[in-house]
Parts: sequence; structure tokens; C-alpha cells
Amino acid sequence: MAIDIDVARRLGDRSIAARFTAGPGLTALFGPSGAGKTSILNMVAGLLRPDRGHIRIGDRTLFDGAIDLPPEARRVGYVFQDGRLFPHRRVRANLTYGHDIVPAAHRWMTLDEAVQFLGIAHLLDRWPHSLSGGEAQRVAIGRALLAGPEILLMDEPLSSLDTARRNDIMMVIERIRDELKLPILYVSHDRAEVDRLATSVVAIGE
Amino acid sequence: MLSPEEWGIVALSLKVGGVAVLATLPIAFALAWLLARHRFPGRVVLDALVHLPLVLPPVVTGWLLLIAFGPFGPAGRWLESWFGVSLMFRWTGAALAAAIMALPLMVRAMRLSIEGIDRRLEGAARTLGASPWHSFWTISLPLALPGILAALVLGFARSIGEFGATITFVSNIPGETRTLPLAIYSALQVPGGEAMVTRLALLSVALSLGALVLSEWLVRRTHRERQRHGD
Repeated sequence: MAIDIDVARRLGDRSIAARFTAGPGLTALFGPSGAGKTSILNMVAGLLRPDRGHIRIGDRTLFDGAIDLPPEARRVGYVFQDGRLFPHRRVRANLTYGHDIVPAAHRWMTLDEAVQFLGIAHLLDRWPHSLSGGEAQRVAIGRALLAGPEILLMDEPLSSLDTARRNDIMMVIERIRDELKLPILYVSHDRAEVDRLATSVVAIGE
Repeated sequence: MLSPEEWGIVALSLKVGGVAVLATLPIAFALAWLLARHRFPGRVVLDALVHLPLVLPPVVTGWLLLIAFGPFGPAGRWLESWFGVSLMFRWTGAALAAAIMALPLMVRAMRLSIEGIDRRLEGAARTLGASPWHSFWTISLPLALPGILAALVLGFARSIGEFGATITFVSNIPGETRTLPLAIYSALQVPGGEAMVTRLALLSVALSLGALVLSEWLVRRTHRERQRHGD
């Protein structure tokens, strides 16, 4: 499924622009901090409106000036840099949040499958604040997958983790890429991470 | 220990305070949300209006209510002709006075907690398929809950303590508008009323402290509920 992105947006005195197509696998948006990589993901997710351009996934248009689907209609999963779990819901209720809202036909993974895939069965009854960085990031990934997305956005998901945990989560990301075959747009400024994970690389802000 | 008359006063105070706070809660929440989240023309004016009862002498607030809801006031005439209802000299009028006086405190408490919500969590909910309304009910509102509880208690305490606006607006009628503070005031005017004053004053203290302890407990419980099962 091709992801076709051509967006531009002014934010204060910065102007952010990107134009690329992404195929299957993991497409890394690579560039220095402050180049607007996160803003591009936000535009794809529908959290930030581009000034102009278009965003298409396969034959679905998410944005083209006339069309501007709200985030909840885009089927774009988002794993944030800081996890962003809901603090007032246990892990289980975080995981099922989107799963319970989206139409049944959109789901392609059950709670049990997600829990197994991510190895988080022992965390289900915990509160988010009690999770380590790596555990929280697994739950955030599970929460996004369970909402049945067609593509997954990941915004520096390893940045708050130590080396051992980074490796753990990288293995999870590789399995999402290779076993689930979910297209991923992946933001990073870390060369080693990109070299290991990326199917293709898009340079941003150079 | 308490006479039937005194029990009546307590019951009336609880009724006036309870109705005032519960009826005001949705309005106060909407105002708090508007002021915390939206920029619109007239926002400063609205903010000032909401806070007015906090800084005006209560007697002036009561007098303004009298002008508005009296038999010849615009609101009073409207209520009378559409619903055949008058708030004058009625406990409902006392509840209205209490509600107006409690409003600023309730709005402030809820506004603080709404401003404290991490809005990025709402964005996360949207990417998971939640409509703005669903995200409001499942994310924003539960996260604002401590502020809502605080507002309820503060508003209730303020309501059952209301004196100036009430006595100005609906007078001091036994069994109808004579709430605890008004009853204390009346007992003070009567020779030999000191014993009753003492009992009613102690009762006021107990009610206010009770409300405070209850809110503290509720807030802690919501907090602990989220902390438990940690580690």
C-alpha cells in the first residue's frame, strides 16, 4: 500500500515541507532535531492541518485541501515519543480504548494476540505510572495496533529508553514490519537506529 | 439535643445548599471549560462577570437579584408569566442566591483542573478512533474529576454559609428562607438565644468541616485508585 505525502505548513517563522512516497516496510524520516519531523507525522495523523498539499494511503485520500478527514477516521496508528498512555486507565483499558471504538471490520488483531505479540500479559492490571519506559512503550504500541490501523506512525519511540530496552523495542518494531507487514513511518535522528530498521529513508530538513 | 425547629433549619440549609450546587455544577463546568479552552471576543468580560459575586458586597448581589427577579424585574416577570413561578421569599430564591455566590469558586476550581489536563492525551484518543465527544467523556472529564469534586465541596460550603445576598433577596422567613447563618443571626437578636446560637454555630462548623474532610477523602481516593497496584 503506497503512502503518498506532499505537505507544507508554516509554524511561526519555521516552514515545514515534505514530499515523498513510502512503500511497504519501514520508512524512516531522518533529520536533525527541529526539522519538523514530528509535525509531518502530526499532519498525517490529522492532529495538525497542512496549509496545502495532500496525504493519501492507497486509494484513500486523508487530506487534499477539500478533504480533511478527522484523526478518528484516518486509520492511522500513532506511537508517541513519550507513550502518552491514559493515566486514569489500567493497562488493559488503555489497550482496549481504540479497539472498543472502531468498527469491528477494521480490527485485525485481538487483545489476546496483541498481549502475546508484545509479551505484556503480566502488565494488564497495572497503572501506567508504574510501568518502566520500555513497558509503557510496548503498551502504547499495543494500543495503537488494536485500533486496527492501516499504517503506523512512530515518533522516536526509543528516545527515552536505555540501551537494553532499545534493543527489545527494536525487535518488536522489526516484527511489526516483517510479521504483521504494517507500513511504518518512523521518525528518528539516530543514524544507527535508522540503519538497522529502515526499508527506505527520507531525509527531512537538509 | 436539637429541637425540631433546629432540625428544620439544618434540613433547609442542606436542601438549599444541595440544590444550589447541583444545579450550578453543569453551568459552572461549561463556563470553566469555555474560559480554560477557548479564546473568543468578550472572554475577559465573561471572566469578570463570573468573578463579580466574589468581590461585590453580598448585599449588592442580593439587591441585584431583587431587581432582576422581583415581580417587576425582567427575569421575575418572565418566570411568572411562563411558569407561574416566583422566587421571592421562597427557598428556591435562597438556592439561587447561594448558587450565584458559589459560582465563582466552583468555576475557579474546575478551570484549574481543566487547564491541568494534558491535551496531547486527547489527541492520542482521537488517533485511536475517538470522536471529540467520546474523547471528552472518556479522557477529559475523568481527568478533571478532582477539580469537579473540589468545586462541589467548596460550592456547598459557600452555599450553606451564604448570608448577605440571601437575606437581601428573599428575607429571613422561618421554615422557608431561614438557613443556618440567618437562624444564628435571628437567635442573636433574641434575649436568651445564646444557647441556640452556640448549637447552631457548632453545627455550622461540623457541616463545613465534614464537607472539607469528605472532599479531601474523595480526592485522595481518586488519586490512590490510580496509584494502587503500582510496582
